[in-house]
Amino acid sequence: MKIRQKAIKYGDNVDTDVIIPARYLNTTDEAELASHCFEDLDSDFPRKVQECKIIVGGENFGCGSSREHAPLSIKASGIQAVIAPSFARIFYRNAINIGLPVLVTRAAENIQDGDELEIDLDRGVIKNITSGSTYEMPPLPDFIQEVIASGGYIEYTKKQLAGSKQ
Amino acid sequence: MAVKKEPQTMAQKILAAHSGRVNAVHGEILNASVDLVLGNDITMPLAIEEFRKIGAEKVFDAKKVVMVPDHFTPNKDIRSAAQCKVMREFAGQQEIENYFEIGQMGIEHALLPEKGLVLPGDLVVGADSHTCTYGALGAAATGVGSTDVAVAMATGKLWFMVPRTLKFIYKGKLDRWITGKDLILYTIGMIGVDGARYKAMEFTGPVIDGLSMDSRFAMANMAIEAGGKFGLFGVDDKTIDYVESKGKTGYTVYESDQDASFEKVYEIDCSGMGLQVAYPHLPENTRDAADAGDVAIDQVVIGSCTNGRMEDLRMAAEILKGRKTDRRIRTIVIPATQKIYLDALKEGLIEIFIESGCVVSTPTCGPCLGGHMGILAEGERAVATTNRNFVGRMGHPKSEVYLAGPAVAAASAVTGKISVPGEVIS
Repeated sequence: MKIRQKAIKYGDNVDTDVIIPARYLNTTDEAELASHCFEDLDSDFPRKVQECKIIVGGENFGCGSSREHAPLSIKASGIQAVIAPSFARIFYRNAINIGLPVLVTRAAENIQDGDELEIDLDRGVIKNITSGSTYEMPPLPDFIQEVIASGGYIEYTKKQLAGSKQ
Repeated sequence: MAVKKEPQTMAQKILAAHSGRVNAVHGEILNASVDLVLGNDITMPLAIEEFRKIGAEKVFDAKKVVMVPDHFTPNKDIRSAAQCKVMREFAGQQEIENYFEIGQMGIEHALLPEKGLVLPGDLVVGADSHTCTYGALGAAATGVGSTDVAVAMATGKLWFMVPRTLKFIYKGKLDRWITGKDLILYTIGMIGVDGARYKAMEFTGPVIDGLSMDSRFAMANMAIEAGGKFGLFGVDDKTIDYVESKGKTGYTVYESDQDASFEKVYEIDCSGMGLQVAYPHLPENTRDAADAGDVAIDQVVIGSCTNGRMEDLRMAAEILKGRKTDRRIRTIVIPATQKIYLDALKEGLIEIFIESGCVVSTPTCGPCLGGHMGILAEGERAVATTNRNFVGRMGHPKSEVYLAGPAVAAASAVTGKISVPGEVIS
């Protein structure tokens, strides 16, 4: 699978409270969560996401709360992948579990706001169309690749349960 | 051929034991059986939607699922009420006995240990990041998302990457008023908010041996604030007394082998350590409270899954007894569970709080996450015994939260600025 989109760049330690503030957690409606995504970090996000559908974060992206509403709101707002040099662990597994591609690479530091990127998820390669650079990522563990290929942890589990009944 | 047992950390041993393995190797992914699955009024409704998508009819074990409506309760608005209703009805259908309604509940991470639901050696997951609190009992406990909880409820199993362990050895002598909260804030200040990212933290040393269970819970609770997966303590007489006082036996004690592989060992000399405050907007922005200078505040919150236990309330009451809180500020005290509330009442602490001008709230996470019961306006500042001071955490994105332990919070309530007890008590 390939994703070719422009990047929105944020800094280090983007926490789940600024991704989706707790005042909006009285619903599980994805469209509504998406309408408040990044509200306390970047009031311009709703405009940017019309044109740019990749988030590039700094260190420890998604730190803080376990709220799955955070990756859900990002995914539902139209973002197709998040790239960062490191992710907080609960956000990372939540994103994998719901099928939002999260890519760990130091190269995130070389990507500028507005750069156009082409991500080849299968080969683990990011091409920066704007700067002409290419970044390679180490392959994900087999299990995580299987979860992503299944379309998330729920679909993966359904397959496993169906398999064990046969 | 029998597999040879390798030297291992406590985290490795607990994960291996729950995966039918002799050894657990750092970095490998295991599918492990969990002893307890937890969710709350924010995360459980989403988990229930996902559980239904799996097509499961019954949870894997109704005795091993715990549900606590604690975040936006007592229901703060109609939509929160609807979320709680979803969880309550599911708990009824699934015959979940450990569903704790308003009146019996408490903030989940104070409530579960108090009810004896977590035992040493357990593997616990909760759709709440502060699930790591139970590390104080020698349990491997960690926060996960709603999808994880859905899968764990359906199958009793979950994927885990085996974490490396950072070992912390605390030595020296603690000054008066210093609690586990100061130790953990100091530690986060030292290693940063991602200093333990994806790792287990293991807290050891003579200072830890002397620490109360309440202080150990406060420390384990904030392992996540350094990015940690587990915040582990060894099991000693205090742990055993605590667990057995809940009428529980039949648990397994795990300890790290002497020759286990630790990623790093930190030695921290606690002698002369001052009371700590974490400035906005990260828990790593710690300073000595005595050096705070003139930071005027609008609100004080004493409570939360970090510091709403008896030790915290007693310490705050000791400072507030016979004194008045500053008239310009709001001081909110939140006992973490119904039992703590009642014990505090019987001990006369609630009377001290009310006499001094505090409001005493029913147990709720409430203001800690900017839910309700003490939201900050634009430009306002709070000193709170809670665990996060991110942008907008307690209300308006232009408000500020300063994290501290109960002694600094109570002293600050009296003076109306960030203060240490010495400023109000001779």
